[in-house]
Amino acid sequence: MSFVEYEDTIKDGDTAIVFLGHESMFPVKVQHGNKTQTKYGVIRHSTDLIGKRYGSKVICSKGGWVFILHPTPELWTMNLPHRTQILYSTDISLITMMLELKPGSIVCESGTGSGSLSHAIIRTVAPTGHLYTVEFHQQRAEKAKEEFKEHKVEHLVTVKNQDVCKNGFGVSNVADAVFLDIPSPWEAIGHAKSALKIEGGRICSFSPCIEQVQRTCLAMEEHGFTEINTLEILLRVYNVRTISLQIPDLGKATGDIEFDSSNQSNQGILYGNLQQGNAQFKSGVPLREMVGHTGYLTFATKSLF
Amino acid sequence: MEESARPGLRIREGDCAVLKRDEVFKAVAVMRRRKVIFEKQWFYLDNAIGHIYGTTFEVSSGGSLQPKKKMEETTTETKEAGTDNRNIVDDGKSQKLTHDDIKALKDQGIKGQEIVQQLIENSTTFRDKTEFAQDKYIKKKKKKYEAVITIVKPSTRILSTMYYAREPGKINHLRYDTLAQMLTLGNIRAGNKMIVMETCAGLILGAVMERMGGYGTIIQMYPGGGPVRAATSCFGFPESFFNSLYEFPLSKVNSLISGTFSSETLPSEPEDNVPVEEESNGSLDEKQTLVQETEEESSTEAVMESNETEEQEQETMDLTEDAKYKESKEKGNKENIREKQRKQQERRRKLVETAALLEEKNADGLIVASRFHPTPLLLSLLEFVAPSRPFVVYCQYKEPLLECYTKLRERGGVINLKLSETWLRNYQVLPDRSHPKLMMSGGGGYLLSGITVTIEKVQSDASSLEPQKTEEPTSKKRKLQELHC
Repeated sequence: MSFVEYEDTIKDGDTAIVFLGHESMFPVKVQHGNKTQTKYGVIRHSTDLIGKRYGSKVICSKGGWVFILHPTPELWTMNLPHRTQILYSTDISLITMMLELKPGSIVCESGTGSGSLSHAIIRTVAPTGHLYTVEFHQQRAEKAKEEFKEHKVEHLVTVKNQDVCKNGFGVSNVADAVFLDIPSPWEAIGHAKSALKIEGGRICSFSPCIEQVQRTCLAMEEHGFTEINTLEILLRVYNVRTISLQIPDLGKATGDIEFDSSNQSNQGILYGNLQQGNAQFKSGVPLREMVGHTGYLTFATKSLF
Repeated sequence: MEESARPGLRIREGDCAVLKRDEVFKAVAVMRRRKVIFEKQWFYLDNAIGHIYGTTFEVSSGGSLQPKKKMEETTTETKEAGTDNRNIVDDGKSQKLTHDDIKALKDQGIKGQEIVQQLIENSTTFRDKTEFAQDKYIKKKKKKYEAVITIVKPSTRILSTMYYAREPGKINHLRYDTLAQMLTLGNIRAGNKMIVMETCAGLILGAVMERMGGYGTIIQMYPGGGPVRAATSCFGFPESFFNSLYEFPLSKVNSLISGTFSSETLPSEPEDNVPVEEESNGSLDEKQTLVQETEEESSTEAVMESNETEEQEQETMDLTEDAKYKESKEKGNKENIREKQRKQQERRRKLVETAALLEEKNADGLIVASRFHPTPLLLSLLEFVAPSRPFVVYCQYKEPLLECYTKLRERGGVINLKLSETWLRNYQVLPDRSHPKLMMSGGGGYLLSGITVTIEKVQSDASSLEPQKTEEPTSKKRKLQELHC
């Protein structure tokens, strides 16, 4: 396995995702002789994992079973050990597209944090691009380095342990895109500008508070960035349910209740059990609670003039 | 390619470029001596050739473009402003310049910037307006009188924004943030072997191609006579990107799955279609294809102003061959027939190759976004996808995805099914005037995504993780079977 290439079978040293069902999963480092405990019993790596195909069902010791999945940046985002607040795939998607990332892109990022976005960037810019990521927290920087090595993507990323606001990204005029997720991004806009290629590139700053956005936008304008645009993206997830609504009893005076069931089912609504006074249909039900805000994404362009 | 170190940095003749004015985009082919109309202005792109992408140009009266340097600060003199509008009365007489005066200024060929300045000087109320109102006034006038356009390089960001704004119907109202989700959820990247089924003018195909950067394989499933790639051609991909792009007709999917597919029943050039195609005989089919082509042409015109009409299949992107093809068609000579046969054979060969690629059943993902019902597409096309790979289906409406969700659960072999939608909100950020933009998009479509796993044929029921109620009425099952077969 590698985070930038699919492989069919599980090997010693791989990071795999154990899928227990309904959004319940965790990553596991596959190692000869190792065991992993799940609520369905134990998984023995040597016999249950190594040599098996990704996507297979693995029977655990208590007879329960799990699926073993090939790692992807998206699955990693859902399962990584948090060292900081992380960016989730919804924001990451928009960032990747609006920064125009693709194979070969050179990207600067700060801070590295837990590496959620980093993995997604590396995936997208591979095999010819590169990520320069800057993290001022030494322990986090080292942990990130370790992970990149473990995930076999270390050739695509350089981790620097320094303060981006003071020392910049450690590279100049090389980047196609810069991403900032730091408390005071306005202090790093100048460094971002010099990290970008002379002919230009794209920048994005992620901030939870509108005051941060305000200052960042001003700094971007001062440094001559154009196309400054602030966006917010919200993910709405729907549970698919069969809903049953009771038909009210209005007295039986006027004969049959008229439901054109054939017509209704064409619209995807299923009426059944009319005799029992119930109408059934499928519905996409929004979650009772959803993430209402992660952060504002401010994008801008550096152009030659 | 004899490109410099940074390919595509400068605007070249024949390039696919995008014109930008404020938030409005338009894709064009860069040609010399060719009139381009954009945002009620006309001009020639000749002068733009050789400049770097991202350059802003001013349109002068003769339709030529002059590169505009950094904006000089125009409104820094005498900052005089009111505090509120209690004394500002709308009597319609605040602007002392008449309509005719303004027209005269324009006819003299005076720069837009100066017209704006004159308007300000001749506005009696301007000085009484608040600073914010003055700002707004200037911005509005600038937009009207300062004819500037920027020429940018096409990208998924720009083209998907452009299509959503200009021609949402052509891309099934797929909003750009939804497309962004698809690319991420589908783990699109270099080296993948992807299956793409879209009727979004080739925009999604282009987006997938951009993310794969010419590495890996893409198999485009298409309905009818051939894949539509009008939007794909706007990306201006190098020819090498098309080497590993395959296409396969949807109408042959079932025979491929059942094992009855053979090269004998291949649909050839639309002209000599085999009777297996339910759309009947050749000549009619040709007409249909032609209609489709011209439709495509006219539709493209609004977006992509270019001779480069979408040809079917391999002809795509090849301008010279395209022209040759048309020319020879008119003559109707023998060479034409031979050429046709050669092409037909080439098509057959590539189709057999594509079928073989699909039959390996080891694709790294499936992307579906079409005007068709997604359920039968998914149930069939997932057959070609390897286990532990993501798939994403787009639909403009939620209801078909509810059904698709249920059917996939019944089928098994999929986990982590998720039905979702994204909302996108734009902000105005200005000192003391930050707020969400007035208007936001009401709908950008829905996505159903998941991950494939191995199916155990014996106990496929048990493979669905949560117990699932299956109370589909029989009428629906029948309908699905009809679609499926």
